[in-house]
Amino acid sequence: MRILDFLFPKRSASGATAAIAKERLQLVLAHERASRESAEVLPLMKRELLSVIAKYVAIKEDMIQLKLGRDGSASVLRINVEFDGGRKPKRARV
Amino acid sequence: MGKTASKAPGQVIVVTSGKGGVGKTTTAAAVATGLALRGHKTVVIDFDVGLRNLDLVMGCERRVVFDFINVINGDAKLNQALIRDKRIETLYVFPTSQTRDKDALKSEGVATVMQQLREGYDYVVCDSPAGIERGALTALYHADSAIIVTNPEVSSVRDSDRILGILAAKSRRAELNQEPVKEHLLLTRYSAGRVASGEMLSIDDVKEILSVPILGVIPESESVLRASNTGTPVILDDASPAGRAYEDAVARFLGEQRELRFVAPARKSLFRAIFGRA
Repeated sequence: MRILDFLFPKRSASGATAAIAKERLQLVLAHERASRESAEVLPLMKRELLSVIAKYVAIKEDMIQLKLGRDGSASVLRINVEFDGGRKPKRARV
Repeated sequence: MGKTASKAPGQVIVVTSGKGGVGKTTTAAAVATGLALRGHKTVVIDFDVGLRNLDLVMGCERRVVFDFINVINGDAKLNQALIRDKRIETLYVFPTSQTRDKDALKSEGVATVMQQLREGYDYVVCDSPAGIERGALTALYHADSAIIVTNPEVSSVRDSDRILGILAAKSRRAELNQEPVKEHLLLTRYSAGRVASGEMLSIDDVKEILSVPILGVIPESESVLRASNTGTPVILDDASPAGRAYEDAVARFLGEQRELRFVAPARKSLFRAIFGRA
């Protein structure tokens, strides 16, 4: 048997699983990295957006929502800003 | 090197991985020993509170008197807890405690100890526990550079990615907005034969997935078990491929250019192929 193994090394059709491992890792890590980044970046982005919008419109912190989601293969950032209709917008200073 | 008065502050290296059992302690022992062999005054610290093992791997388990927690609690002086290696003059081991209280490593206490060690040593090698809990976070917090120990295997690679994210976000350097912790990837338990037959992730695969430069590749080797059996860091075994690969890794860490060795499949001799013995 061993002589045969030596003379005809297995081309291991079923054994060549490293490529599968690589592909699975790349997929799962892309996903995990994205959610890690959003956990760090979104609060910062929200704060900055708030400060910009507040220059022009009266706005409270709970009136803006940021959500990172997926649409097929693309990542989508949804920013939802609510305005209080009854409140008067601040005059923009130029 | 090895000067005590007014030397440049030492460098803190964390050996970490996320996943357990990949070779962190073996690596911490080997790297610290390698640095000391080159004349650098080096201390290697066990951060795995409750699961002390570095002492065994370094072969000084019977000389442990005081530990990390004793020093932090002020029950012992740092110098009383440090164990001087019997083989290499410039090498010291700082054992951890066997207490079950995982929160015993208080961060202010650790910071004070790390500061003292930086002042007295050229290199401070921190052997991290597995996981991403407090112990692992404490071990990596003070690092200037990190050696990420990874096996060419899916769960280890994923956990390494996780720990890289934590290094970038939670280290002292990250908090102080300093230059980020320098990352080095060390692939261990590498089997060139299995890579060649497509059964194992290759060096390039792992490098591509994690995008961290490779510090070294340690081949799967029987000498690693032999070394821990006898409490001799494997780097002292000149005859073993793993020992020589660690020596190369240390040289690269210090800036030398060295080709990777032991990364091509060993040619089987006809004799070995027929009789199945080395």
